[in-house]
Amino acid sequence: MSLPTRALITGRGIPVMENDIDTDRIIPARFMKTVTFEGLGQYAFYDARFNEDGSKKGHPFDLPQFQGGTILITGRNFGCGSSREHAPQALHKYGIQAIIGESFAEIFIGNCTSLGIPCVSLNKEDVESLAQLVEENPEVIITIDLNEKLVKTAEQNFYLEINESFRKSLAEGIWDTTAELLQNKEKIKTLYDKLPYTKGFVA
Amino acid sequence: MHLVDRLPSGQDQLFIGLHLIHEVTSPQAFQMLRERGLTVLYPQRTFATVDHIVPTENQKRPFADPLAEAMMQALEKNTKEFGIEFFSLDTEYQGIVHIIGPELGLTQPGMTIACGDSHTATHGAFGAIGFGIGTSQIRDVLATQTMAINRPKVRQIYVKGDLGKGVYAKDIILRIMADLGVEGGLGFAYEYAGPTISKLDMEERMTICNMSIEGGARVGYVNPDQVTFDYLKGRRYVPQGSAFEKAVEFWKSLASPPDAQYDDRYELDATKIEPMVTWGINPGHGIGVTQNMPRVDDVPEHEREGVKKAYAHMNFKEGAPILGQKIGVAFIGSCTNGRISDLREAAKVVKGKKIADGVRAFVVPGSKQVALQAEKEGLDRIFREAGFDFRGAGCSMCLAMNPDKLKDDEISASSSNRNFIGRQGSPRGRTLLMSPAMVAAAAIAGKVVDVREYL
Repeated sequence: MSLPTRALITGRGIPVMENDIDTDRIIPARFMKTVTFEGLGQYAFYDARFNEDGSKKGHPFDLPQFQGGTILITGRNFGCGSSREHAPQALHKYGIQAIIGESFAEIFIGNCTSLGIPCVSLNKEDVESLAQLVEENPEVIITIDLNEKLVKTAEQNFYLEINESFRKSLAEGIWDTTAELLQNKEKIKTLYDKLPYTKGFVA
Repeated sequence: MHLVDRLPSGQDQLFIGLHLIHEVTSPQAFQMLRERGLTVLYPQRTFATVDHIVPTENQKRPFADPLAEAMMQALEKNTKEFGIEFFSLDTEYQGIVHIIGPELGLTQPGMTIACGDSHTATHGAFGAIGFGIGTSQIRDVLATQTMAINRPKVRQIYVKGDLGKGVYAKDIILRIMADLGVEGGLGFAYEYAGPTISKLDMEERMTICNMSIEGGARVGYVNPDQVTFDYLKGRRYVPQGSAFEKAVEFWKSLASPPDAQYDDRYELDATKIEPMVTWGINPGHGIGVTQNMPRVDDVPEHEREGVKKAYAHMNFKEGAPILGQKIGVAFIGSCTNGRISDLREAAKVVKGKKIADGVRAFVVPGSKQVALQAEKEGLDRIFREAGFDFRGAGCSMCLAMNPDKLKDDEISASSSNRNFIGRQGSPRGRTLLMSPAMVAAAAIAGKVVDVREYL
């Protein structure tokens, strides 16, 4: 299956500048009682956005100046906790196309890559400068360039880091792993037959 | 041994020896298979159970919650359609996915294991490599019995010295989280080693490996040894007779050699570990029970914002003791601490006593087998007589996807693994993580106490 490249992503930013934002924050477990991923966008950051009476708390996702933003800007260890793909699905369905942060939890970054959402890291100073820039001028256009490994704005460029295999997958449009893995069906069978435990250790 | 190929992206294609699924993260994966006209390549290597949404009080079908019922039906339909064995509520083997795998002997040394749940590292206690995966990767494993991974670095966590009375495996891992932080393990697999780890039984090792992800490490493991082989012998899916001897020979060949090189190493003195309690909003916010909670000005600058956020949620006073903090709920259970040895340790504390007025206390066994064994030993009676509820098996209040939830800003003493904001079902709820024995003592006292004074 050929997929679009995700080498260049351009949009406005939404800064959510906290560290260790866990997947229970991104989507509370009570919203995962579903057999599809449909409709999860409305629950993104739900308890951080809404009081129990439904009134808004003033989370960046609800501030007027950040409406229409597609690039989430955040701190360290974003997406820690559970493996729920509901978390990146909720962000994606809300409208997030890419995430810029200081660092990301490993399962989360894998889930995002499977959905074609690049998660790129900047160093602490740079991510703070970028967030500051967006706070001051929410209209700033940000481009994530995976070929040049840069986060670009009209005023300043920042060097980004991303695992090389994730970068390649996203830039070359080969982030549908199922399609890639299926190419090796014969090799899988050979390995299956070779492993002692697949035959209960009976030769 | 499990490497199929190097993928064009540069990732490794890894064969998965055992795939475990449950009702929350799998339905979308089966749907993706259908949409692509794919099937399950090796259905005999995937096993299913139901745990996250299971009500623990009334398990009659249809479930009172129609959403939970729909998830249950989806799993029944998917396992039937694709020929996958399902340990349902109608069997004696239903339970939390990370408890039943080892219990049935499905989990074996040297296996690569994947499950759509972040606590899959639990299986690492057997010298297996357990990966928590998302739904797209469940689709990959169902369709190809393989997945794409990036190779981690390895950090050895070497623990020496004897554990004091009232100090458990849970306290070791909470200490590690407090020392190395919740992001300290990013990009690493954790190998737990050293004389203290060697002396632990399999259930204790599972508790430690279980929480690797809370420190950022996706994978955690202990090298297999005689303790491992003795645990496995005779279990339902473990080979018997001469095949068992062969298996042991194979398993022995898998351990890290004594001269193995590590990317990093961390040493911990177990004699210095106290019973641990978390006071904040991530599992790294742990302190010894006799210590005071940190002052914002005393923590390193990069942690200050997080600590302030934690105090804002917990409504605790910085610098105050955690000892004596009142609790409203006591929860003993979860894939971290819902095994028979956990119930035994908690029962020792509870025996002959009553829970404090105003405390709601639950024991939720990790599996039906754990519940049956507890009943055989009379532990259920000890808990009930003390005022605990003794419930059916499931994940329950660890993540509150079933009716077991905190109310308002209740404070729970919990033997589970996460104290994230809202984790136990109330957006304002507050969770204090600790060992099952510490939870039991807190239930009796109605406040955080030092379990060493109850033994």
